[in-house]
Amino acid sequence: MYTITYKRPLNPSVTMMKIEAPLIARKAKAGQFIILRVNETGERIPLTIAETDPQAGTVTIIYQKVGKTTLLLDTLEQGDALLDFAGPLGKAAELDGVRHAVVVGGGVGCAIAYPEAKALHALGTQVDMVAGFRNKDIVMLEEEMAAVSDRLSVMTDDGSNGNKGFVTVRLKELLDTEKDIDLVVAIGPLPMMRAVAELTRPYGVKTVISMNPIMIDGTGMCGGCRLTVGGETKFACVDGPEFDAHQIDWDESMKRAGQYREQEHACRLLFEEGRQG
Amino acid sequence: MAINRQTKKTPMPEQEPLRRAANFDEVALGYTEEMAVNEAQRCLHCKNRPCVEGCPVNVQIPDFIALIVEGDYEGAYGKITETNSLPAVCGRVCPQENQCESQCVRGLKGEPVAIGRLERFAADRHMAADKEGDKAKASASFPIAGGRQVAVIGSGPSGLTCAGDLARLGYAVTVFEAFHTAGGVLMYGIPEFRLPKAIVQREVENLKQLGVRIETNMVIGRILSVDELFEDGFEAVFVGSGAGLPGFLGIPGEGLLGVMSANEFLTRVNLMKAYRDDYDTPIKRAERVAVVGGGNVAMDAARCAKRLGAKEVTVVYRRGEEEMPARLEEVHHAREEGIVFRFLTAPVRVEGDENGAAVGLSCVKMELGEPDESGRRRPLPVEGSEHVVNADLIIAAIGNSPNPLIRATTPGLEVNRRGCLIVDEDTMRTTRQGVYAGGDAVTGAATVILAMGAGKHAARSIHEFLTAKEAGR
Repeated sequence: MYTITYKRPLNPSVTMMKIEAPLIARKAKAGQFIILRVNETGERIPLTIAETDPQAGTVTIIYQKVGKTTLLLDTLEQGDALLDFAGPLGKAAELDGVRHAVVVGGGVGCAIAYPEAKALHALGTQVDMVAGFRNKDIVMLEEEMAAVSDRLSVMTDDGSNGNKGFVTVRLKELLDTEKDIDLVVAIGPLPMMRAVAELTRPYGVKTVISMNPIMIDGTGMCGGCRLTVGGETKFACVDGPEFDAHQIDWDESMKRAGQYREQEHACRLLFEEGRQG
Repeated sequence: MAINRQTKKTPMPEQEPLRRAANFDEVALGYTEEMAVNEAQRCLHCKNRPCVEGCPVNVQIPDFIALIVEGDYEGAYGKITETNSLPAVCGRVCPQENQCESQCVRGLKGEPVAIGRLERFAADRHMAADKEGDKAKASASFPIAGGRQVAVIGSGPSGLTCAGDLARLGYAVTVFEAFHTAGGVLMYGIPEFRLPKAIVQREVENLKQLGVRIETNMVIGRILSVDELFEDGFEAVFVGSGAGLPGFLGIPGEGLLGVMSANEFLTRVNLMKAYRDDYDTPIKRAERVAVVGGGNVAMDAARCAKRLGAKEVTVVYRRGEEEMPARLEEVHHAREEGIVFRFLTAPVRVEGDENGAAVGLSCVKMELGEPDESGRRRPLPVEGSEHVVNADLIIAAIGNSPNPLIRATTPGLEVNRRGCLIVDEDTMRTTRQGVYAGGDAVTGAATVILAMGAGKHAARSIHEFLTAKEAGR
């Protein structure tokens, strides 16, 4: 069992949890993920590691309540425990030797963009961070992101924080004015990551995204997380989760992400009904 | 001893095909005492015991069968477990027709003795009689040597066997499993209706009673490397990580929705119990399913799909019926359950609709040419024979290769061009000192019993290695 040592809502639909998992806390690097199972009848779901504290022996996860499993997870409180928590999985982000990086986070994706920025910052890279949210009420991790970047731009779709526009608006400004940018990392919803890839392509700047596809085992066994990168089949769990954004077959990946949507929706409705009744 | 001259095997009761094709309960129901004794009396007790030679773990077959004839079922179980630590599993999933039973003299005129069924009978009797598990016996006869630690990576058939044998020798064994439940392919791959999961867990429990520690959720190669296991005080490591990397078809349209590996499909069904309403894991319940492949995994996938409610399940296999590697019994059961077989048929493309979902599998007919390196006649496409098998779920069951995670993180561990760990066949020693390997990680996808044989073999070598090391101090 893996005890929840801390729980805090970051906005109405996103929660942060610290989980006691000392070995993983000691081993994990930016970009890696864990797979958890809440209880015996639960699904296995992958979540990218947001932060680790090797001294305290905890691993921080940040999740958005979108489906039954994340809703179920959210019913647990500090002191409760998860049944299974396996990791670290996937390859660590390759961040060495970067001069000037732009790290782009979209919504809950900021939870994963944040550790990348933190790792880059620690390596002495100049870090520009661009975080995008629908509106100012759901902005999260602002202080944390500010602390690990040289400049942080928080954008809102509706302009409610005074900075209206998608992350790509700010990213384009940076690409046009800062000529030494040699890495863009983008983490968020698939359409956002794709838009970033299309934007940076003509600039020829290396662009890396982190996939969070459907998977079961996370060790290369099921192939459920497969995607096409540069014409080759890759498994996000062992070959990724980070990939060259310019090489990904985005149409295919976006379709694959929706495979179980109907069942997921029905499952969530049943769960909510059960909780009310 | 009176010999039963009946030329055919004593039939084993089974669930009716139509009934069982709609549930996940075990298909074969096992012998009654009467049936078992009747079948056991068919054994001629030949002097040269060819059946024993045919068994990868050399179960003393005529001896255990003689004990069944005498009504000493517990004795029979004890005789089997002298060399086979998972009899309830082997009695159900071994390809006996290629092993012990293929050597049986009774098979020359009629059917061989039903050794597998008798093995299952002895194991099931034992389990039913001994509900408490092997607790008392285990702790009494096998004191745990706390000092000398051995790590076993993977809790499938090879790992469990190796761990059991080493524990009986007094080693402190820790088994590391990547999934949340021990058992490997016995849990995620082989379906409930062929191998009830309670039986596997019972065997795992027995190992725990022997003092074996099982650590789940431990992906070795990520959380700990083999080097770190040695640093942590393990004196030898057995790698039984299986052949977990699924092969895909390599044809256009493979990324479409509804195309998946048999590993994914079976893991969702078996390990994650997606067939049960009380479990959350989703599974695609398709009307028409095409399974590509001709091995046991293909049979398992096809039969699971049928049980999940598919109207039409077609197995597409590029060679002929004779060349199919699946156990005869599985093919027979699949047919009875209404699975359709298309032999000499090879997929060339997955057809999709406007939403990117698979709707069919385009195939060509094949004809058999000259034998290839596997000794089987090579299938060649027939021109102009392209046709479509309608299917909204397409399952690739065309084999697995070893997972590269451990070799990629262990310096000095060498593999062949298929990614299989290279071992000395006599000792199961890898190219790295203190590291042994067996099962599908070495052979590529093979059988449960071969993996068990390898685990056993490796346990003996590890014992010799550590004994010599101790003597050299």
